Amino acid sequence: MCKNDVKKRKDLYPALLCFSLLFLLHSSGVYAFETSLSDTINDPAPGFDELWDTVMLDITIMGVAFAALTLWFMFRYRRKHPDQVGDGPRFSAVQAVGWALIPAFIFMADDFYLAAKGWQLWNKYRDVPADRMEVKLESGMYSWDYTYPNGIQTQNLLRVPAGKPIMLRMTSRDTIHSHFLARYRVKEDSMPGRVTYLWFYPKEEDIGDKDNLVTCTEFCGVMHSYMIGRIEVMVPAEFDQWYSEEESRLSRKKSNATGESMVTVTKKNIEQGS
Amino acid sequence: MGKVLSEWIFTTDHKRVGILYLIGSIAAFCIAGIMALLIRAELTYIGPTITDDPTTYNVWLYFHGAAMILGFQIPALTGFMANYFIPLMIGAKDVAFPRLNAFSVWLFFMGVVLALLTFVVPDPPDIMWTGYPPYSVITTGNTALYTFTVLLIGFASIIAGINFLTTVSFMRAKGMGWNQLNVFVWATIAAFVIQLIFVPVLGTAVLLIAFDKYLGTNFFDTTTGGDVLTYQNLFWFYSHPAVYVIFLPFFAIIMEIVATFCKNMVFNYKVVVYGGIGGIVLVSGEVWVHHLFVTGMPDWIRVGQMVTTLLISVPVGLMLIGLVGTLYKGSIDLSRTPMQYAMGFIFLFLIGGLTGIPNAIASLDLHISDTYFIVGHFHYVMAVAGTFAIFAGVYYIFPKMTGRMYNETVGKIGFWLSFVGTNVAFWTQMEMGLAGMPRRYYDYAHLPQFESDQMVMTVGSVLIGIGFVLALGNWIHGAIYGEKAPDNPWGSNSLEWTTATPPPHGNWPVLPTIDPDWHPYNYKGKR
Repeated sequence: MCKNDVKKRKDLYPALLCFSLLFLLHSSGVYAFETSLSDTINDPAPGFDELWDTVMLDITIMGVAFAALTLWFMFRYRRKHPDQVGDGPRFSAVQAVGWALIPAFIFMADDFYLAAKGWQLWNKYRDVPADRMEVKLESGMYSWDYTYPNGIQTQNLLRVPAGKPIMLRMTSRDTIHSHFLARYRVKEDSMPGRVTYLWFYPKEEDIGDKDNLVTCTEFCGVMHSYMIGRIEVMVPAEFDQWYSEEESRLSRKKSNATGESMVTVTKKNIEQGS
Repeated sequence: MGKVLSEWIFTTDHKRVGILYLIGSIAAFCIAGIMALLIRAELTYIGPTITDDPTTYNVWLYFHGAAMILGFQIPALTGFMANYFIPLMIGAKDVAFPRLNAFSVWLFFMGVVLALLTFVVPDPPDIMWTGYPPYSVITTGNTALYTFTVLLIGFASIIAGINFLTTVSFMRAKGMGWNQLNVFVWATIAAFVIQLIFVPVLGTAVLLIAFDKYLGTNFFDTTTGGDVLTYQNLFWFYSHPAVYVIFLPFFAIIMEIVATFCKNMVFNYKVVVYGGIGGIVLVSGEVWVHHLFVTGMPDWIRVGQMVTTLLISVPVGLMLIGLVGTLYKGSIDLSRTPMQYAMGFIFLFLIGGLTGIPNAIASLDLHISDTYFIVGHFHYVMAVAGTFAIFAGVYYIFPKMTGRMYNETVGKIGFWLSFVGTNVAFWTQMEMGLAGMPRRYYDYAHLPQFESDQMVMTVGSVLIGIGFVLALGNWIHGAIYGEKAPDNPWGSNSLEWTTATPPPHGNWPVLPTIDPDWHPYNYKGKR
C-alpha cells in the first residue's frame, strides 16, 4: 500500500517537472521582455508593437510547451503490443485539486499580468493629449467626411501636421463604419446616434507616405471595400499655410454665398463713394 | 423505396434522427464550403475575378458564415452527435421525448430549406451572419430569411436541449452515477444549458431587426430614440456563448477519441468536468463585450470584460491539460484516422486558442479587430478545429453507425491535406490581418501588397477542400461497399460499443446495469 503510494507520486514527477519548467520559462521570458512603457511621449502605437511582442512571446512559450509535450507523449507512449492498456495516474483528492489549482493559478497569473499590461496601454489609447487638434468625422456610405476646427471640410483626405496629436470625434449618417488607421494601430466604429473618438500621433517619417490609408473595417454595404481614405501628414509650416488659405477661401465663399452681406458690402462701397 | 423513405422521415429512433441531422448538416457544410471556395477564388486576384457584383460576393460571405455555424457546426454537434452518442453512452433505449426529437430535426430541415432560399429569391440577404443594424434594416436584401432561419434552428435546439437534459437526468442506466458519465455527455448537456439560457436572447435580437425593417418599429433607429448597439449586445450575448455550444461538444468528442485510442483514463476526470466544463458555463455569459471592443462601449466594461475574457483560459487550460494528460502513460495507437484527426485537432486548437489571447486584450483589439487576424483566429479555433473534431467523431462512430469500415488510407490522405491546407490558409490570413487587411472585402485594389498572400490562402483553401471531399467520399463509399465492422473495432470501454452493430431500435435487448466500479475510461479493470 505504502509502496504503491510512493510509486504513484513518482509517476507525477515528470509531469510536475514539465509544469514547473513551463512556469519558469514563461515568467523569465516575460520578465526579460518587460520594459516599462515609455512615458515621455504618449503615442500608443509603439506601445502596441511592444505589447504585441510580449503577448506573442507569452503564447509561443505556452504553445510550444504544450505542443512539445504532446509530441513527446505521442512518441514515448505509442502502443507497443495490441493488448497494452494505458497506465495513466489515478489521483487522490489532494492530487486532483492540486492539478487543478496550480495550473489555474499559473494561467490566472499570466492573465492578470497581460490584463494589467493591456489596461496600461488602453489608458494611453483613451487619454487624449491636451495639446491636440480635434477634427469631426462624419462617415457615410461610402465616404469619410472631415470637418476641421475652423470649419473647413475635406472628404476621404485628412491633412494633418506632423507632431500634433489628432483626435477624431466620430459619428455616422447612415450605418456603422469603422475608421481604421493601420499605420497608427487604431480603429473605432462610427455610428449614428453616438459620438465615439480615437486619437493618433502623426510623425515626421509619415510625411509624403502615399500608403497611409484609412480603411473601413465594419461591413457597410456594397462598396465597403472601396471606402478608402488617406492621411496626408504635412510639414507643420506647410500645413499651417494650407489651413489658413483654406480658411480664408472658406470665409470668402461664405461672404460670397450670403446675399445680404453682398448688399452690405455694396452699400459700404457706395457710401465711401467708390 | 417509398416505405423506407417514410420510415426515415417519420422516425422517432434517436439514431435515425441523429443521422438525419448529420445528412442535413453535411449538406449545409457542402454548400457553405462551395461558398468558401468561391470567396477564395474571387479574392485570388485584385479586382473583380469571378463576379463583378459585390453583392453576389456579400451573399456568399453571408451564407458561408450563417450556414457553417447555424447549419453545420451546431446541428452536427448538438444534433447528430448528441442524438447518436448520448442515449448509447448512458445506456438508455432512446431519448426521453422521441417524438419531440423528431420534431426538432424537422424544424432544423425547414431552417436549412429556408436558408437555401437565399439562392432563389431575387433579394438575397447580404447582411453577414451577424446581421448588424442599421445595415440589415436599410439594405434591400431580404433580412426576413435570416430572421426566420435563425428562429427555426434556434427553436429546434431549445427543444433538443430540454429533451437531452431530461434524458440524461432520468434515463441513465441502472446504477450509473453522475461521475460515471462520459465527458462528451457532460459537455453536451453543458452546451444545452447554455443554449436554453441564451437562444431566446438571439431570437429577440433577430426578431427586432425584422420588426424594424418590415413593421416600422424603431428599436435600432437612432433618429426616433433607438440605439444601434442594443442589437450587438443582444446578438453577442448569445453568440459568444454559442462558441462554447460548439466548443464543448467538439472538445469532448476529441477527449473520447483520445481516451479510446490511448486506452487510458481521462486525466483528472473530475477537474475536466467540474472545473473545465463547469467553469466555461460559468464564464460564458460574462465575456460578450470583447466583440464590441471597438464600438465605443463605456471604457469600464471594455476593460472589465478584457479581464473576464482572459480568464476563459483557466477552464479551457484545465480541459487542455486533461486532453494532453490523457496521452501520458497511454497506449497510443496513431494508426487510425479518427486519432490522426484528434492529434491534428490538438495543434490547430493550440494555435487558434492561443491567438485568442491577443484578441482578448482590448488595447490590442484596437488594431486587430475586424481584420483578417480575427478571421484567421476563429477559423483555426472554431471553424477548422471544430470541423476536424466533427470529422474525427464521424470516423470514430462510423463502424457502429453503418456496420461497415471506411478506407483508412483515403481517410489519412484526407486528413493530411486538410491539416496542411488549414495552416497554409489561416496562418497566412492572420499575418495579413496583423499587417492591416480588413475583413469582408470584395476587392483590395488599394492594398495590392496582399495579392501574393491572398493567392497562398487560395491554394491552402483548395487543399482543405480536397481533404474534406475525400473524407465525405470515403464515408459514402464505406457505408455502401465497406467491409463489415466488428461490434467494438477500437476496443473501447465505453457503453456505446457494447451494442450490436449497427444498434437495433431500442439499442440493447436488455438495458445494461452499471457496476459502481465501472467507468467508461477504466481500462485497468480496477479503480
